[in-house]
Amino acid sequence: MIYVTRRAEFSASHYYHNPALSPEENRRIFGKCNNPHGHGHNYALEVTVAGEVDPKTGMVMDLKELKQLLENEVMREMDHRFLNKEVREFATTIPTTENIAVEIWRRLEPKLRLGKLHRIRLYETPDLFVDYYGEK
Amino acid sequence: MIYLTRRYRFSASHRLHNEALSAEENQRLYGKCDNAFGHGHNYVLDVTVAGPIEGQTGMVFDLAELDRTVERQVLERFDTTNLNLDDARFQSVVPTTENLCIEIYRTLEPNLAGKGRWPAARLNRVRLEETNSNYFEYAGSL
Repeated sequence: MIYVTRRAEFSASHYYHNPALSPEENRRIFGKCNNPHGHGHNYALEVTVAGEVDPKTGMVMDLKELKQLLENEVMREMDHRFLNKEVREFATTIPTTENIAVEIWRRLEPKLRLGKLHRIRLYETPDLFVDYYGEK
Repeated sequence: MIYLTRRYRFSASHRLHNEALSAEENQRLYGKCDNAFGHGHNYVLDVTVAGPIEGQTGMVFDLAELDRTVERQVLERFDTTNLNLDDARFQSVVPTTENLCIEIYRTLEPNLAGKGRWPAARLNRVRLEETNSNYFEYAGSL
């Protein structure tokens, strides 16, 4: 098994808020991240695909295809966007790094033609990242 | 299951030396790391907490609580210290990065087990980078 990782970066803003909780609870749990004007990150995304090397091509999958998939499913919708306001799923799901990673998995996994999605790693900052392996 | 990793940094000095061995054996085993006055590292510590995403917050664990715990239990203890001379544990255990990694894991584990809204969250792994060329990971298996 070979693991191929493609990296992409996108810049987005978000804030953390749960309307089911009181304003005081939101502030206590989320602190400055509750500011409704949002704040931003340069997210770094690593998508890892597992598979066997095709002897004809020497590749697990065509990385151009993976790049296009990332462009369609992630970059076009999330890059330079305010996630809470502009991405449909994040109107009702808090765009924490955890939830964004799961959402990216959900979008990419069924669309991978060759290889199997192994891990989504999403850095919110260089010192904070989340790994998701598709477990429920 | 989601794995959340937060990175911390601390600087400390240490010397790799075992009193039970002869001077020659120490030199042979540890080389320059046995130098009498010790040497230093900027350690990079990755603490990974695993758990489900909590429904109301969208988080695996309270990051502020994680920061406070690591600050109190690890950074205050080790940052800007001499591990051999300033820490009780390393009076009797050689402060290799393996041993430091395990000590950090064992210190953090009971303090990160299932807090408040996140009863299923657990410390998963500690990764400790000694230099750009070597790092150690411990997931509690020993």
